[in-house]
Amino acid sequence: MSEENNGGNGINPNSMSIIVTKGSLDWAYPPFILSTTAAALGLDVTMFFTFYGLPLLFKKLHLKITSLGNPAMKMPMMGGHMGMPNLLSAIPGVDAGASVMMKNLMKKKGVASIEDLRELAVEADVRLIACQMTLDLFEYTRDDMIDGVELGGAATWVEIAAKSHINLFI
Amino acid sequence: MADKVLDAKGLNCPLPILKAKKALKDVPDGGTLEILSTDPGSVADFQAFCRTTGNELLESGEDGGVYTFLIKKTA
Repeated sequence: MSEENNGGNGINPNSMSIIVTKGSLDWAYPPFILSTTAAALGLDVTMFFTFYGLPLLFKKLHLKITSLGNPAMKMPMMGGHMGMPNLLSAIPGVDAGASVMMKNLMKKKGVASIEDLRELAVEADVRLIACQMTLDLFEYTRDDMIDGVELGGAATWVEIAAKSHINLFI
Repeated sequence: MADKVLDAKGLNCPLPILKAKKALKDVPDGGTLEILSTDPGSVADFQAFCRTTGNELLESGEDGGVYTFLIKKTA
């Protein structure tokens, strides 16, 4: 037991960590919305990017959505809501078109872009950690990512999570 | 009259909160920040923001779809 843990559990009550595992446009929102908001509320925030979440740290983002495996996805259209059957996704251009539609809708509704939220996260000193194993596995390098990203592995996250009051897996 | 006014109309969650947090940096201790928002979710969110950060929500109101919040910087 280390000195600092004596008489307490060592948990910082104002801290949050998020494991980010998904990198599509829709799945990129929850972790960045929560991290920036938690930082604004005064929490120390760490984001750990692994597997398909890792490309969210790339300098240039090309985020897309897909209707594939997403049966709850409905887009507002002509006053109603249009379902997006899985099969649609097989048609070339449909996912790209739906992604453009989604981005336009977000702009119209005043929803921040992921690029903007990520910049706000960096400004708010949110700690960004890229999974070293994912980099190796998918053959990416440090240079693919924005400045200020740390590299780490499972133990790096566990050490942080053991002291964080809120730990999320997204 | 507030020390600073933030127009967050047309912005959606979480931008009004993020911009308010930034704007508070320019407000002197004990000073006030007025925020204008059209996001109905910001009503609950500014209450939570103030409770969590320790700043004081002096007033909140709504007029014609525009929500106003007056925050006193106490943290």
